[in-house]
Amino acid sequence: MPVSRDAIPSIPRLSVRRPPLAWVGWAFLILLALGVLWIIVSQGVKNPTLLAQNVLDGLKLGFVYALIALGYTMVYGIVKLINFAHGDVFMVGAFTSYFAVARFGLHKWPSLAFPGIGDGLSIVIGSISVIILSMVVCTLLAITIERVAYKPLRDAPRIAALITAIGVSFFLEYFGNLQFVYTARFIPYKSPFDTVAWYISGGIHRITAGVETPSNSVTFSNIFLIIMAASILVQILLQFIVRRTKIGMAMRASSFDKPTARLMGINVDRVISFTFAIGAAFAGLGGVLYAISYASITPILGIIPGLKAFVAAVLGGIGSIPGAFVGALIMGQAEVLTAGYISTPMRDAVAFTILIIVLLVKPTGIFGEPSGEKA
Amino acid sequence: MEITNLLLTVVKMVALVAWIYGLLWGLGRKPLWQKALTILLAFGIVQTAFLLKIGDNQVFTAFDQGLLFQACTMAMVAMGLNLIYGFNGQFSLAQWGFYGIGAYCAADITWRWNNGDPTGLLVVGIGVILGGIALMGVGRLLRLKRGVPVLSAFTFYLIAIVAAGLVAVLAGRALAPALTPLFGTSDVPGPLASAAMQQVVFGLSVICAGCFAAEVSFLFGLPVLTLGSDYFGIATLGFAIVVKTLLDNSDTLLPFPEMKGGRGMIGIPKLTTWIWAFVFLLAVIIIIRNFIRSSTGRATLSVREDEIAAKAMGINVAGSKLLAFVVGSFVAGLGGAVYAHYIGFLSPATFGFLPGFNPLIIVVFGGLGSMSGAIAASFGWVFFLEGFLRSLLGQLGTEAPTWRFVLYPLTLLLLMLLRPQGLLGTVEWGFMKADNFIKRLKGAPAGPAGSAPAEKGGA
Repeated sequence: MPVSRDAIPSIPRLSVRRPPLAWVGWAFLILLALGVLWIIVSQGVKNPTLLAQNVLDGLKLGFVYALIALGYTMVYGIVKLINFAHGDVFMVGAFTSYFAVARFGLHKWPSLAFPGIGDGLSIVIGSISVIILSMVVCTLLAITIERVAYKPLRDAPRIAALITAIGVSFFLEYFGNLQFVYTARFIPYKSPFDTVAWYISGGIHRITAGVETPSNSVTFSNIFLIIMAASILVQILLQFIVRRTKIGMAMRASSFDKPTARLMGINVDRVISFTFAIGAAFAGLGGVLYAISYASITPILGIIPGLKAFVAAVLGGIGSIPGAFVGALIMGQAEVLTAGYISTPMRDAVAFTILIIVLLVKPTGIFGEPSGEKA
Repeated sequence: MEITNLLLTVVKMVALVAWIYGLLWGLGRKPLWQKALTILLAFGIVQTAFLLKIGDNQVFTAFDQGLLFQACTMAMVAMGLNLIYGFNGQFSLAQWGFYGIGAYCAADITWRWNNGDPTGLLVVGIGVILGGIALMGVGRLLRLKRGVPVLSAFTFYLIAIVAAGLVAVLAGRALAPALTPLFGTSDVPGPLASAAMQQVVFGLSVICAGCFAAEVSFLFGLPVLTLGSDYFGIATLGFAIVVKTLLDNSDTLLPFPEMKGGRGMIGIPKLTTWIWAFVFLLAVIIIIRNFIRSSTGRATLSVREDEIAAKAMGINVAGSKLLAFVVGSFVAGLGGAVYAHYIGFLSPATFGFLPGFNPLIIVVFGGLGSMSGAIAASFGWVFFLEGFLRSLLGQLGTEAPTWRFVLYPLTLLLLMLLRPQGLLGTVEWGFMKADNFIKRLKGAPAGPAGSAPAEKGGA
């Protein structure tokens, strides 16, 4: 129970002995940080365009992680559950769009329905409808998962829900692995729209086939712009929902104190369902964008991005929406810079190393509020 | 024939769980000779079952024996995790990482020994001993200056262990040439290449692997155990993933070409026999049981129940968390070492992210805070998943085996929804039961004092 500071009469603090040898730990951390910084800066000075390219790639990854991390952070904020199935909801989003585009050609419907429509408009509307379909499917899936696997266990020990989350995650992965659903193979993903890429070398130029790109230039594509725009828009939308709407107020109340929220007439179960749904919708969006951007999908595609996104949410301070965003951007940078400058296989390991170090310095994450009770 | 096979699998599963019940029952509060007899009987029954035949068919096929060994290693890992999570309340996902560390460590020792190279055993053996001494020495020194922050303490421990490791590598390399001639040549094997010596080295390698895992867990646990419960869980998950990554690149990032990175380590001598598996399982059962039922173990339990109250009673909360974590990882390392030597082939994929949840699932299934549950659940789980589901689906067609992992999570979900506290809850069998102290003191029954404490939920 958090007590406001003013309610406590000011007590003269006992003089506490400063812990001895504290500088050793800090020196260790600072040396570590300096070492990493030195590697990046020295490489950056040697080849600035490569560094800029890496930072750009890191941003792209970070924005995708941000979309997934929102779902983790909101769900954890309200039900204190590490929703391991969230990464697989992300995967289902990617798959829905794959089936919609490659098998059913959904992205072509505007040009079929209204033959006179312009090409550009048709692609935009078609792609948006594919994305919306994925978001709807993910939302429905998440609500089903919540009803079936988590709701009956709300009063059980928390570990029970965690185990069912792992169970759901296994189920989605291995069900996707089945021969008639999909297979365990990687399959090239058919994008609903064409990739357009630009390079920056004394101005922005479009990359066209046949014309050679200058070797020393930074490239980016329309996918990067779309991911960035989507991620930032979602961020603003979510801030609006949480801060300005009634359901957002209910969400904040439920995450603060569930029994009291119930007493105030809030339907907590519906709020929880809504939280799962909205997180899943953003994960679905992220799944489509991730698949378009990395161009191949597999049923276990959701595991590592899901995990990274969760780490990002924890890094930023779990329960905090801007924290998830910042954490995701850090995670994306860390991953790409590690792969670029230190060692490619260690890219997954570095995320966790950073997490551990940040948590040791600030135990509730970067934007996390200090926990009320001291254990 | 198929149906009888299926039934036989179920019978084996039930029989082994009953066997565990019998073993624990026989070990509990009995005169020493009865305990010895129980151990002999328990060993003998399975050994006889290996030899049993119906017609021409072996009852316990080689496949079933593999399952049995797997169940034994799983039981060790699960007991370790149950100590960390069920009894101390620290939600850890690193158990699988320590299992992998133990497996690769022991496999490397015996692999090198098999190829006439004693450096593995020498380096790890000396390193483990020196590392232990170094850790204890630093701990003693740090205790002189009270209240050293965790991060600084970690730095000192890290320096000490790295120094010990360097000394061990140098010493091991220096001593190895002296031993190498004793291996003889391939035509005239020397005394160190004999089969008996191989068994001794195997035993040593398992213990070295356990100690190595324990020392790694000490270094990792020291700073990370200060984090809150779920944060600790994520950090441990990260540890498991780091271990997997390192194993995946053991030939490039680490200087172990014989581990062959992601392709998997081959040629590990298959030394695990039923004697070894049983001895180590029994040892782990006794270690864990005696740990929990000691005063240190009761302190561990009190930390789970309420950290603040435990601290108020004068219990060293951080130390008791660390101790439980180290003992749990030690046991996982032992399990990994035994596993490596019955399977004969190690692949980093085995120690990946998804199978890493298996110990957790087993422990929750068996009942958090019930060691008997953890052991029984490991046997039941291995025989259900690998034995029963595999043979059931094997009859349904070629694609059926992939259905195994579709049915498995559904079973998991169903069981969790029906019995969220696990199969056994906190019930213990025979040997694992707490002594009824009051009864022993007063010589009279004293109500439910012997029953296990109420399980507090939460990660």
